[in-house]
Formats: sequence, structure tokens, C-alpha cells
Amino acid sequence: MRLQHALLALQAIAGREVAKFVRQGGRFASALVRPLLWLVVFAAGFQNVFGVSIIPPYDTYIPYQVYIVPGLLGMVLLFNGMQSSLAMVYDREMGMMRLLLTAPLPRSFLLFAKLLAGTLLSVLQAYVFLVIAALFGVDVPWSGWLYALPVVVLAGMMLGALGLLLSVHVRQLENFAGTMNFVIFPMFFISPALYPLWKLEESGAAVIHLVAQWNPFTHAVEAIRFALYGQFAGVSLLIVAGCLAVFFSLAVRGYDPQRGMLKRAGGKPA
Amino acid sequence: MADSITPPPHAEPLLSLRDVRKSYGPREALRGVSLDVARGEFVALLGPNGAGKSTLFQLLTGLFNADDGSLSVCGHDIRHNSVAALAGIGVVFQQSTLDLDLGVAANLKFHASLHGLGGRRARERIADALQRLGLSERAGDPVRELSGGNRRKVELARALVHEPAVLLMDEATVGLDPASRRQLLDEVLALRARGVGVLWATHLVDEAEAADRVIVLHQGRILAQGRPQNLAEAAGTATLAEAFLKMTGDTVA
Repeated sequence: MRLQHALLALQAIAGREVAKFVRQGGRFASALVRPLLWLVVFAAGFQNVFGVSIIPPYDTYIPYQVYIVPGLLGMVLLFNGMQSSLAMVYDREMGMMRLLLTAPLPRSFLLFAKLLAGTLLSVLQAYVFLVIAALFGVDVPWSGWLYALPVVVLAGMMLGALGLLLSVHVRQLENFAGTMNFVIFPMFFISPALYPLWKLEESGAAVIHLVAQWNPFTHAVEAIRFALYGQFAGVSLLIVAGCLAVFFSLAVRGYDPQRGMLKRAGGKPA
Repeated sequence: MADSITPPPHAEPLLSLRDVRKSYGPREALRGVSLDVARGEFVALLGPNGAGKSTLFQLLTGLFNADDGSLSVCGHDIRHNSVAALAGIGVVFQQSTLDLDLGVAANLKFHASLHGLGGRRARERIADALQRLGLSERAGDPVRELSGGNRRKVELARALVHEPAVLLMDEATVGLDPASRRQLLDEVLALRARGVGVLWATHLVDEAEAADRVIVLHQGRILAQGRPQNLAEAAGTATLAEAFLKMTGDTVA
């Protein structure tokens, strides 16, 4: 695989993804409205209910709105990661996927290019959300915007890889909504996105607390939270990177012609 | 088979299948298919629905692997050296794979990039391919605005942008009116002069009649192959159509 060829293909795949996104103005709007509702409406109602004590990485009492920013960034990444995989299923049904897979490039690279393209959109949305949050007066330190970038990219890739893996197993578009309910909502709610995990422990919800610690999304959110305040959450980052590697390898395996989805799907004889 | 045209001994076939088998569960889609396509040769793969044509194309495009046997393109095994093999193939799928919202040239450009063609070289190739098929004036139009016949031509142009050695056409005329069908066939027949080997799958006998060689595929097996007129003679019928019916009709399950 020549580097120039690989870059051209990557550029084309990412370009197509971005162009599609721009065409679907509604998708961008809904990607931003969703976390904003949580930030502006939900957080306004709950800021007096939840007293967030001083926990790392915060060194002072913080308003609830500030607490949920990293979680909402994670939510943006999570939704976009899943939507990219929805696009994969759509492409597969529409035959576009076949065109992509007949390109003279290693299949793993083509999938990686898809993943990067989706992540690019995730990160863009995440930062636009940060800008709007700042306009609403919910500030994170400016240095945090910079520190968080690599972490947001990594978390975006991990959640995108999860979407890619799901796209292997979702045969048809109709099955997708259900899958989303079983993935997006549990991942989001069983995580420190909306409340610190010690609250779960305090409430005696030991099982949920345990599940939350096994939830990759938990670590994505925590890694982002620490990075926004210039701190390095090593363990969480390692877990996110590890999940990325595992999800992506399983997805590549799933798209292998000899195994996984394509073999099971069987192709209609004609 | 009464007659088989063997390519000149020095010419390695562009496309070569040896004893290819593929099953889906208990159902055998291909039961030992061997065939060659030589440089500048137009081979029609004629078979009724369910003969295994699509399975064969799925194997050729690396979508699935064969259970047994070998497939190679320009000497590159499709399983072990799939990148090199795919580089030598141009495909028009039965189902459209165009991005309807993109322009004609933009669709071709996407494809060119996937094949490692960029910049001026890509622009020239795209302009050439569109001109050859009389689509230059539609280059900027969104594909959505094109007729079915022209959309197919765009797909053909796209399949030729990277100058493949072998062109695979998987029932490419399905859904076209007779004039567009003929036009597409003529365009592909003309490619022989440039040395392109063509494998044209169809269930329509009139398309197969234009071929250098016809391979009759039925229930996953090759029943006969040869020049269209020779197949008719061998079957003891006046036309290829009758020969095809005679060969495949009485064994329909």
C-alpha cells in the first residue's frame, strides 16, 4: 500500500463523510440541540438538587452545569459514533459498501479510514458544542480546550469503533433503533456523565456502580473531564485505548470475507 | 462442448478460475467452475436466475472467499494478494452504487481516489472516460438528474477510470430500455480493441450472441462453452436461444 494512495483514499472517504454531513443540516442541528437541552434545561432544574462536592479534578465547588460538560461532550461523541455506523449499514444495503470494499486497499485500512472520517465529525461537533456552552456562560479553562483535544479524538475513535462493531451485527436499518436503545441510553446513564459515581455508591446501588466502572463510556467521560482541567487520567485513557483496539479488531474481523457478518449474511443467490 | 477457443499459448489469461466451489449452508451455489478470460476477449456468462452468476461475481470482487479452488486476476490470487487482484478489476454491479447527491464527475473522482489516482492524472482519466461515453456535458450534473441508461454509463465510465485489465459486468443492463441496453453493450464490446477482457453476466440470450465466447452456467455448473453459433450447432438447434432453453429448460428444479 503506497502512502500516497492511502492518503488519497482517506481524504476521499473523509471528504464524502463531511459532504454528506453538511448536506444533512438537520443532523448537525440535532447533534447540538440534544446536549444543549441537557445543559440548559435539565441542568437548570437539577443544579440545586445535586450538590456536587469537591472531587478531583475540581479544586473548588462547581455549578452542576460545569459538572456535566464532559459528560455531554461524551454524549456528542457517542451519538455521532453510532450514527456513523448507521451510515455503514445504510451503505451496505445500498451497495455503496461493495464499491468501497473493491478498492485495492487492505480492508482494515478502509475501515480505519471510515473510522477516522466519523471521528473527525465527532470532534468537530464536540468543539462546536463547547463554543455554544461557553456562550451560555458555562466555561471550562481555555487551556483545557487544547489538553482535551487528543483525549476527545481518542474517545471519539473508541465510540466510533464500537459503532463499527455494531454495524457488523445489525443486518438491517430497521433493527438499528432498537440497538441504539440498548447501547446509547445504558452507556450514557450508567456513567459519571450526569452524576459522580460515588452518588451511586451512596445510594446503595452497588450493582449499577460496578457496571459503571466496567462501562468504557465512563472512562471516556472521566478522561475528558480530567483533560479539560489539565490533568492526566492515565488509567481511564488506557482503558479507552484498549477498548478502541479491541472494538476495532473485532470489527475488522467481522468484515473479513471468510468470517463474520459477510459470511453469515450469505448474499442472496441470483 | 464442441468447441473451445483457447487463447494463444503465450497469453496468460487475465482472469482465471479453477474448480471454484462455494456453498451457503447445504446449498451449493458453485460446484467446481473453471473459466478463463483472455486479453481483448468478451465472454458472456449466460445463465438463468439462480445459476450462480452473482455468487461468482461476489467471489471475484473479494466480497466472499471461495470454499475451494482458486481465482486470479492478472496472475494475482484474489485471496492471498487481494489488493493487487482488485487493482486489475473494474466492476459494474447489478445494483447501482452511485452517490445520487454527488455530481457525475465527483462520483468518478471518489472512485479514482480509492484507486490511488489523484490530481491531474485523475482529472484527465475522468474527462477521457466521460468523453468516451458521451457524458462530458453532464459532468457537473447530480447523478439524481440522469436517466437510468445514463446512470449505468456513468458506472461504466467509473469502472474504467483506473484502466482495469478486466471488466466485470454483473447483469448490468437490468432495468434498461432496449436502446440503452444495446448502447451499453456496444460500448463494452468496443473495449475489446483496447485489450480489456470482459466477463458479462446475463440471462438474456441476445446479449450473449454478441460475445466472443459464451459460457452457459446452470445450477452452479458450466454446461457448455464456445462461440455462440457453435453452441447452437452442438445442441442441434438453430439458434443460441433454443440451445440455451434446451440446455437449461428441462432441468429446472
